Amino acid sequence: MTQETASPPLDERVRKVSLATRLGTRPEFGALVALIVVWVFFAIVANDNNFVSWATTAAILNRAAPLGILAVAVALLMISGEFDLSVGSVVGFAGMAIMLLVTSSSQGGYAWPLLPALLLAVVITLGVGFLNGLMVVTTKLPSFIITLGALFVFRGLATAIPRTLTNRTQLGAFDSIPGFDGLNAVLGQKVELFGARFDIGILWWLVITALATWVLTRTRIGNWIFGVGGDDNASRNVGVPVNKLKISLFMTTAFAAFLVALMQVTQFKSADSLRGELQEFNAIIAAVVGGVLLTGGYGSVIGAALGALIFAMVQQGIIITGVDGDWFKVFVGAILVVAVIFNNFVRQQAQKR
Amino acid sequence: MSDAQPILEINNVSKYFGSVIALQDVSMFVRPGEVTCLLGDNGAGKSTLIKTLAGVHKPSEGSYRFEGNEVEFESPRQALDMGIATVYQDLAMIPLMSIWRNFFLGSEPTIGFGPFKRFDVDSAKRVTREEMAKMGIDIRDPDQPVGTLSGGERQSVAIARAVYFGAKVLILDEPTAALGVKQAGVVLKYILQAKRRGIGVIFITHNPHHAYPVGDHFVILRRGQVYGDYTKAEIPLEQLVQMMAGGADLQALSHELESASGDEGEDDLASAAREFRQEAGNE
Repeated sequence: MTQETASPPLDERVRKVSLATRLGTRPEFGALVALIVVWVFFAIVANDNNFVSWATTAAILNRAAPLGILAVAVALLMISGEFDLSVGSVVGFAGMAIMLLVTSSSQGGYAWPLLPALLLAVVITLGVGFLNGLMVVTTKLPSFIITLGALFVFRGLATAIPRTLTNRTQLGAFDSIPGFDGLNAVLGQKVELFGARFDIGILWWLVITALATWVLTRTRIGNWIFGVGGDDNASRNVGVPVNKLKISLFMTTAFAAFLVALMQVTQFKSADSLRGELQEFNAIIAAVVGGVLLTGGYGSVIGAALGALIFAMVQQGIIITGVDGDWFKVFVGAILVVAVIFNNFVRQQAQKR
Repeated sequence: MSDAQPILEINNVSKYFGSVIALQDVSMFVRPGEVTCLLGDNGAGKSTLIKTLAGVHKPSEGSYRFEGNEVEFESPRQALDMGIATVYQDLAMIPLMSIWRNFFLGSEPTIGFGPFKRFDVDSAKRVTREEMAKMGIDIRDPDQPVGTLSGGERQSVAIARAVYFGAKVLILDEPTAALGVKQAGVVLKYILQAKRRGIGVIFITHNPHHAYPVGDHFVILRRGQVYGDYTKAEIPLEQLVQMMAGGADLQALSHELESASGDEGEDDLASAAREFRQEAGNE
């Protein structure tokens, strides 16, 4: 049984490469190494602050899950060569849409039952994604500009509409809506494990990462995403429905934003106009740290998920180390840039061999 | 062979862009298992003619017949579906993607059904290797990104792909233009392979030295019109070279280069002038 299994005949010009080198050429490898480095760093620096504990691990994962869900969708879009800067605003906008629809009319809301309200909110959010995609493919302007506009428009709407209707920018008491318990069990509850409290959202994050990885690497659509990101003209010439694909991917990021909004509305039992702020950039950072090429055509979903984990780990690590809050963003920014440089370095070294 | 019916044929095709006459009364054809070379200098109208054949442009006037029937294409995809495959010089391949992903881009084989339908990766890799081998191309590793292949190999992958997906006519847009001598030779070999498999090849080039060894038929375009149309038996290479750019033009160029070299005293210019004079021949 120790005999080697029959492998397909290899060309003599292909030399056997070590496992490390083969792993090294994968886009997510740099992120994996960076993750370990960051963990070891905080495990040493923040050892007295209980960094290596289930409580901290849970806090990191709880932080990573919503960002990770956004980052996975954003990574697919970025591999296809486009940006979506509006996801953060759409998180706030979608959360507001849900709460406005279910809030009682005496409070200025529409008093819809939960299910129709969620259906309408998801349709509206998908509509936002459709509109972003349609604008990008019809105007052929950079998606950076189109979705930068959308960033402001939907943050503005998330503030202006509730203020006009209810005179407030925070709407609460979501748990008083019939059906909340069922929704909470699926999206909002915390699970006790090893004496720490883990969000159920972590599970969704893992499922979505696995699903998106399968789509990207094992389906036709995945092949089209790589192709369009590499060269959309060449892809169009061989019959890839480029515009449909891009619009669908913008709708995917919008849907991810809806899911995160719904998770947070359920978890905090409220909506806030400012929710999701800066998440568009954090998601792009997570994707890039995870090895997604800014110019498209290359990257991995698992890498983006790891990138979100690194981001959350750095955030949580800095918080528990007790660094003054004023310095927080300085550290996050610096560590992330270092992670990307390191990631690129690892990848280039691996490809040279 | 030469009495076979043409598979693709255009007659008196003209193409206007506003007041610009890009093509005027152009006629040409290709038979199955033959190579028709389309020669012309920059600005001769080659690009417009390719795009017309590929279904990108509709001819303003004239007829386009494929397999004996009059056709009119709404899109390049329609032409491709009928078996007219065009391999463009620069748009052929996506460098960051592996060979097998490139090979099947847009026509991926699937297994499973419903939501479980997936890209049949194993068969894609196997077919890629097999098809390349059939064309006489020995690829090292189908997982290799196309960007790591040489220019000639890239063209060859594109040709093998077109052949595999049932091309009856293969239009090659300057496949040898950016290549070194040896690489160009590799591509010419695959053109002959495609021809042997019964495909009608339209080979666009501005280099008669590449066209002559593989061509059965030569159409020379100048200023949007057919300047000459010969079978291989009718025209020796020297005459083809001369017709390509026009002997008179080359003569004039050689004089210019000569006088320039006299002024500057540059040896390489002088030798270039000598070469041009030799190519232009004595009229």
